Amino acid sequence: MNRIQTTFRQLRRTGRAALMPYLTMGYPQRDSALSLVPVIAEAGADLIELGIPFSDPLADGPTIQAASQRALENGMSLKLGLAQAAALRAEGTKLPFVLMSYFNPILQFGIEHIARDASAAGIDGIIIPDLPPEEADTVQPLFRAVNLDLIFLLAPTSDAARVGIVTQRSDGFIYLVSLVGVTGMRDRLTTDLTSFVNRVRTATSKPLAIGFGISTPEQAGQVACLADGVIVGSALVKAVGEATDPVAAARSLVSALRNGMDCHGSTNADRGTPLGAFEVGGQ
Amino acid sequence: MIVTHELPALSNGPYYGAYGGRFVPEILVPAVQELEVAYEQAQADAEFRSELDGLLQTYAGRPTPLTRARRLSDALGGGRIYLKREDLAHTGAHKINNALGQALLAKRMGKQRIVAETGAGQHGVATATACALLGLNCVVYMGTTDMERQKLNVFRMKLLGADVRGVDSGSRTLKDAINEAIRDWVANVQTTHYLLGSALGPHPYPRIVRDFQRIIGLEARQQILDAEGRLPNLLVACVGGGSNAIGLFHPFMGDPGVAMIGVEAGGTGIQDGRHAARFADPTRGRLGVLHGTRTYVLQDANGQIALTHSISAGLDYAAIGPEHAWLRDVSRASYTYATDDEALDALKRLSELEGIIPALESAHAVAEAIKRAPQMSPDDLIIINISGRGDKDMHTVAGALGVSV
Repeated sequence: MNRIQTTFRQLRRTGRAALMPYLTMGYPQRDSALSLVPVIAEAGADLIELGIPFSDPLADGPTIQAASQRALENGMSLKLGLAQAAALRAEGTKLPFVLMSYFNPILQFGIEHIARDASAAGIDGIIIPDLPPEEADTVQPLFRAVNLDLIFLLAPTSDAARVGIVTQRSDGFIYLVSLVGVTGMRDRLTTDLTSFVNRVRTATSKPLAIGFGISTPEQAGQVACLADGVIVGSALVKAVGEATDPVAAARSLVSALRNGMDCHGSTNADRGTPLGAFEVGGQ
Repeated sequence: MIVTHELPALSNGPYYGAYGGRFVPEILVPAVQELEVAYEQAQADAEFRSELDGLLQTYAGRPTPLTRARRLSDALGGGRIYLKREDLAHTGAHKINNALGQALLAKRMGKQRIVAETGAGQHGVATATACALLGLNCVVYMGTTDMERQKLNVFRMKLLGADVRGVDSGSRTLKDAINEAIRDWVANVQTTHYLLGSALGPHPYPRIVRDFQRIIGLEARQQILDAEGRLPNLLVACVGGGSNAIGLFHPFMGDPGVAMIGVEAGGTGIQDGRHAARFADPTRGRLGVLHGTRTYVLQDANGQIALTHSISAGLDYAAIGPEHAWLRDVSRASYTYATDDEALDALKRLSELEGIIPALESAHAVAEAIKRAPQMSPDDLIIINISGRGDKDMHTVAGALGVSV
């Protein structure tokens, strides 16, 4: 069992949802992740998503596009990102690392090499937004051999057949895209998120984490009631990019998100929310 | 003499050998699956075929002629050159063939909104035209660098009722326009069809675009048989994504004596790195994944997509259609490049010798024919695909020649 699976298991016991912030590595400075990650962990994150910038991030909105561009100019690459992850591990950062990269940088790195090097750097899972399960037949066994979770996504447009395929193939957890669109902050979340989550719950007992469009503590709180994990990306990237003190900005936003998720009071399990159903589904 | 070599088995995708596939975010998987099913049904429907054929004839002006280029052939002193005149199709390029086909398909799928990308503006104009004809809403994404060098086409699209949106990211050219069109599609996928303009992107696009462009080769094959009583020895076409080339080549795949050459954009030269020749650059042109398909992609050592350059906006793109990558692997087609200067020279020669001003894209194919023809026998037949007309490029050509218009 790797760190991702252990983390979700522990959280499930306490009835809490996981907070999973996303950072673009190399942004705003080349080495920013080295100071941001420990602070984000300390402020209440349960997992962290480390984004490797790509020149053509077609699933991302303007905030992450601009951050990616800057990060590339700062010299960030998959290789450097893995070196920074390894440095963070060496300094004692314990929370699970989920790497996010579009497929082409991984392909150029070499899929055998990425499995070996990511695992050695202390990465626990990988999200590849432009690699659906049908194209992952070569990659997944290599990742599984080193206990690296390949995490697939589902979207509100996914029908029952897609839900079946993705829930079966995804390791670690399933990334639910909350809305029909690209990453970025939204004023409100889609109202049929509950029915989307319930549709997926009937197909799997694996943990479900929801991302895209979540930026405020209130939204994080709503999502925490529905899912096992809350992913916040663009809001954090924007906060660290605009602040004169990125570390303080990250600490403040992550604490607020964590409070937003916890201040709903009782735990998911107590409320009999779908997280309870998740336990039943696991029978 | 009968030339025989084993012909490759043709593919309808998703894979062409090691190339192609469907590398898209999960959110788009249902849309490409739906498109695949709708396309299969449309192809099997005689009514769809006849509606499209009717539009191609009575609206787009097909068949386009095959013109014998006597003066150019004589000046070069080798093979006998014919020109497939896609420049005479409505809107001035082959792009209308695919735009009409996909717009009809979108209508059949109940999608009232169309998004498209455009480089040179020819695909954008063709899409705006098809949407005007069929009463569909049209949004066209275009890099701001391309908007500057193709001002006339921007104005044409607007006149045709399209919403032209400038894209200011990356190199501000075709690659960035595709990114933005895909993002729009992701956000509006339930109501919107993405009308992709080249033989690129996730399956089934490379197949759909190829099939709608096969009309070029089907006509050319019959026309050369009518004119000469035999098949050509050589086909030449420019290759950006590669839709005009695959459209010309595909109906000749089963004819072993017909050689095929695709011509990429050599820009200011391969050494300079300012080009869009995916096959010619041994360091940066490698197998990769861009915009949903696995193919040859210009990129750096870390897999970041390279910025490209060509005097012709329509060839200025980092990836080549997956079927071309495969045709090259199996040696059924070969690929070369022409530089900006060679394309400009070719444009001038064809204009002066034949009274036909080709698009800068098509001029790359003419440049290769100019190199090849003198080495061929006078009995050899060459067909060059004149994929579009040059009117849109007058601003760029004048600038390159140091003339102000």
